[in-house]
Amino acid sequence: MPMTNNLDPAQRFTKTEFVVRKERIQSITKVLFAVMAISMIIPLLLIIGYLFYHALPSLSWEFLVEVPKKGMRDGGIWPAFVGTLYLVVISLAIAAPVGVFAAVYLNEYAKDNWFNRIIHLAVINLAGVPSIVHALFGLGAFVYAAEFGYSILSAALTLAIMTLPVIIASTREALASVPMPFREACWNVGASRWQTIRAVVVPNSISGILTGIILQVSRAAGETAPVMFTGAVFYKAVERGELFPYQLNEQCMALSMHLYTVATQVPNVKESIPYATAVVLLCSVLLVNAGAIALRVWLRNHKKW
Amino acid sequence: MEHSEKAIEIIDLRLSYGVKEVIHGLTFDIYRHEIFGIIGPAQSGKTSLLRCLNRTIDFESSATVSGTIRVDGSDIRRTKDIYALRRKIGMVAPLPVGLPLSIYDNVAFAPRSSGLTKKADLDSIVERCLKQAALWEEVKDRLHTLGTALSGGQQQRLTIARALSHQPRILCLDEFSIAIDPVTTMRIEDVLKELRKEITIILVTNLTQQARRLADRTMFLWNGDCVELDSTEIIFSDRPANSKTYEYVNGIFG
Repeated sequence: MPMTNNLDPAQRFTKTEFVVRKERIQSITKVLFAVMAISMIIPLLLIIGYLFYHALPSLSWEFLVEVPKKGMRDGGIWPAFVGTLYLVVISLAIAAPVGVFAAVYLNEYAKDNWFNRIIHLAVINLAGVPSIVHALFGLGAFVYAAEFGYSILSAALTLAIMTLPVIIASTREALASVPMPFREACWNVGASRWQTIRAVVVPNSISGILTGIILQVSRAAGETAPVMFTGAVFYKAVERGELFPYQLNEQCMALSMHLYTVATQVPNVKESIPYATAVVLLCSVLLVNAGAIALRVWLRNHKKW
Repeated sequence: MEHSEKAIEIIDLRLSYGVKEVIHGLTFDIYRHEIFGIIGPAQSGKTSLLRCLNRTIDFESSATVSGTIRVDGSDIRRTKDIYALRRKIGMVAPLPVGLPLSIYDNVAFAPRSSGLTKKADLDSIVERCLKQAALWEEVKDRLHTLGTALSGGQQQRLTIARALSHQPRILCLDEFSIAIDPVTTMRIEDVLKELRKEITIILVTNLTQQARRLADRTMFLWNGDCVELDSTEIIFSDRPANSKTYEYVNGIFG
């Protein structure tokens, strides 16, 4: 049917005052929010630029693999780098399985009763406990009570306790994002909870679970207080580039602690050394996070719904 | 028809979620090889009733069930093997739920979870069930592609194939046609007419005409009470026993 509108087509689309106002508000809010989003990035770029600028004189492969010399005033950071690696790997090796299993229990098996609600509440509150409190707990529990002494083991356990609640929370979130009808469909055909978890729930939440764990790497690597109280030391003699310099019951150096000492405790340090230490810490963390994002993207593309 | 053998006996079934009772004492039998229609408006307890049958209601922590349900003569609360009970009853949900697995794995999931691992057996089950669900011709060349990539109607037939894969004695269909087009619905209805030779079918539906087309007997469930249960001809006749039934099936209320 032909249009029987006697208005000129251009006329019909004239903006009313209301539409004009609507569009103006729309563009203002858009710009406002975009400015907020962009201003988020500026401090980050400034920090990275500032660090690199000051760190430049010291940055080199040598700085990474060399040991500190002349009472921290020269040389590199190898013992601290390896120490942080030790602490992160060991703490996550403890926290990840415990956290994931706990989350699977809480999300898939636990009934909604007061006991499990208390566990849930405890986990959420533990995630908000300041790291210095975890440090004191680790000092009391692992160093003294369990008699592990000031050691890598104590420090890693403390870091594990600190990251555990966050891993539980993020894993639960990933598990909860798997739609309920999938589980019901499995139960309806006579699959047990475990068969359901293994066949459907975990394969579809694994990207979220892994991302949650990997993001805790940066937290474990960055925290100073927990390792300072339980196992990290000011200086430990290590061979240049040595891959396995520490034993579990020994103390170690750590990047975060090293940064703290060279920046505040040692007089007359070359200015670029603390900055370069910070750059190494930052870059390792960013590298791990980038890996997490890549993994997530890869798994997303293999996600089946 | 002969109503000798009872597939399901339900005696004074009551179900509440928390303090709210949603099924207020249902007593009825379902006979073997019949298509038993359940009609009724939303919130009348149809889906909850089905969940009581295979005890997936157990997963609902707020639900309390009382009364007796016997499937094939044995009380489901005393059953030793809850998984065997669930395999005895096939369930098809309102919205198609293709598991995020391949078409083959979707159908083979139930046999596998009951311990079947031989590939030849699984192959034949998958083929039989997909044929029964009228899906085989469309997917036989791509059994290892994702089940979730199928169209809505195909996924619903996949769900039916999955529900048949554990060789149930009873098939419960919960508003299976709300997400699929009329042509596919008719195809599945034909499948159901075939299947009733072997198994008992419980058909929960919002489409009263679907119950009229398929069911031998129909129950009108309203707010957790059985208003009327009779042969389908009587329910859909001009004079059912209860005037509410007449009003509901003729769209006067509901």
